[in-house]
Amino acid sequence: MGVIKIDRDKCKGCELCVHFCPKGCIAMEDGYNHKGYRPSYFAKENECTGCAICARMCPDVAIEVWR
Amino acid sequence: MAKRKLLKGNVGLCYGAIAARCNAFFGYPITPQNEVPEYMSELMPANGGVFIQAESELAAINMVYGAAAAGKRAMTSSSSPGISLKQEGISYIAASELPCVIVNVQRGGPGLGNTLPGQADYFQAVKGGGHGDYRLLTLAPWSVQDCYDFMPMAFDLADKYRNPVMILMDAIIGQMLEQVDLHNDFPVTDFPKPWATNGAKSRTHNIVNSLWIDPDVMEELNNRLKAKYEMAQREETRFQEFYTKDAELVLVAYGCPARICRTVVDLAREEGMRVGLLRPITLYPFPSQQIAALAQNGKRFMVVEMSQGQMVEDVRLAVNGMADVAFYGRTGGIVPNPTEILNEVRASFGKPPVVSYYQNTAPCKEATN
Amino acid sequence: MEKVFERTKGLTDTEFGYCPGCHHSVLHRMVAETLEELDILDKTVGVCPVGCAVFMYEYMSCDIIEAAHGRAPAVATGVKRVIPDRIVFSYQGDGDLASIGTAEIVHAAARGENISVIFINNTTYGMTGGQMAPTTLINQKTTTCPTGRNPAVNGYPIRVCEMLATLDGPSYIERVCPTSPAGFAKTKKAIRHAFENQIAGKGFSLVEVLSNCPTHLRMTPIETYRRIDEEMTKVFPPGVFLDR
Repeated sequence: MGVIKIDRDKCKGCELCVHFCPKGCIAMEDGYNHKGYRPSYFAKENECTGCAICARMCPDVAIEVWR
Repeated sequence: MAKRKLLKGNVGLCYGAIAARCNAFFGYPITPQNEVPEYMSELMPANGGVFIQAESELAAINMVYGAAAAGKRAMTSSSSPGISLKQEGISYIAASELPCVIVNVQRGGPGLGNTLPGQADYFQAVKGGGHGDYRLLTLAPWSVQDCYDFMPMAFDLADKYRNPVMILMDAIIGQMLEQVDLHNDFPVTDFPKPWATNGAKSRTHNIVNSLWIDPDVMEELNNRLKAKYEMAQREETRFQEFYTKDAELVLVAYGCPARICRTVVDLAREEGMRVGLLRPITLYPFPSQQIAALAQNGKRFMVVEMSQGQMVEDVRLAVNGMADVAFYGRTGGIVPNPTEILNEVRASFGKPPVVSYYQNTAPCKEATN
Repeated sequence: MEKVFERTKGLTDTEFGYCPGCHHSVLHRMVAETLEELDILDKTVGVCPVGCAVFMYEYMSCDIIEAAHGRAPAVATGVKRVIPDRIVFSYQGDGDLASIGTAEIVHAAARGENISVIFINNTTYGMTGGQMAPTTLINQKTTTCPTGRNPAVNGYPIRVCEMLATLDGPSYIERVCPTSPAGFAKTKKAIRHAFENQIAGKGFSLVEVLSNCPTHLRMTPIETYRRIDEEMTKVFPPGVFLDR
């Protein structure tokens, strides 16, 4: 069981976290953040294992992970 | 008792660097300054310092940049074409406000030129040289003793102003042998370097940088550099005068031609022509005020250089139309002899030329200063 | 619950100004994490290049010197020789290291200079607008070879690791490919090894990182990762070239 927190305003919408999450827990928002990017969000909270792959792949250090 | 030694100017510089507690030398071979890296390769390690023969002039000046950023006293030396190669690094060092010493033993130019003495790098030395608004504090030795004495002065000026200092000499000063008093009574000043990038222990991280994206911040740096140079003009302008007080004509020369002009002053005075000599020791800051004061007192000037006329422009700026400024220069590595300068002086006094000054006067007297 | 991932102290609080998906951000973080893990943040001096990573000094919390284009290995040499007990690294792109600074990197390696070099190879000049780099692939289009790199005109890409591995000076040379979680782990391990080597006094270490530039390759970040795997690794095969 894991929890991630994505800093909505640090995210640049590169989608690497969405692509690499082994459980498909992350998705892209329809709205825009203050930088003008579509940020990602934690979509499937129950399936996260806290593996932290999303955080390691994130270029902008926008994700924190708890397990 | 101080140690006296017979040394070449280039070697005098090396002993001076050791007396200045120089920590690192980075250089690349080029004639006529090769004695500097050769002696430093032995002297630096023997005195706990670092010597590297770099792969290029560019690498050498950038090694100086790194060592200076780390808070150490670093220097490089070269000759004209090599100094051109170093300009990129010198501009970065000036912009990053790092202290270091650069020696230029000038040779003939432009291009590869030749390995004989020249003074055609004056503009490059005193007007900046590389890109951007900056100046080098520039010292001009005229003896081997100067070569020794100027090194500690150069490092102190570099540390005081956080600016590169150039020692601008020529192949004659670098290659000639003279007796040097290797005294060690230089003032030792401690220059704290809290800006040094040597590990962020017990402090926030330091950055040595020459990039300012914000135009206001960039202009702030330009203004800070300007303020430094104005302070140097007030506090560091150095020069030497011989018989300028009653002189009708003041010769202005630096380095090797200044020595020859010193002889010409004696020869001319023996013939009743009131001639003096002003020898700038700092080419930047330039002794403009003193030259202007002499012009105001009704003197006229003759500038003698081993170039087509570079320092003469600074003399004319200082004189600002108040007096005549004549010029006599030799190039190609040719050193003007006393007779040809004396004939220029004679012509300016309305006298015919002589074939050799030996005809008119006693053999050349040794300069008293 | 326990926090298993947070921002390293090796980075300042400044947010990266790099484009979305840029490898620079990832590699800055890996270097910063390594410095924190090895407890050398307060004795490390970094030398940053000209190019996008010129701004590294805003992001790293160790001391940083900004070098002229290509001269980082010479600057790093100057620092390391006068304060040999500190840790010194340079971080350079392909234009910086393999074009304008080829002499500096070759000679720092030949001297076995005890520094760590992180070499970012993304086959293009990012900051200046996507021009041809010394590592640009054959037929790759850039703004200065708009019809593709033609060997008859532009020559061939330079393989830095292979070239430097012919020298006796270097201690460790590896090329890595951070395009997957495993590739990221391997990259981090290589960077750490380059710093551990320096601490052990083994001499020159270089890690070449096959990287991206989504903006100038006109690709999504995921597509740039695929390009690295499918095209770049054919010309620049990953692997350990030296470790001694």
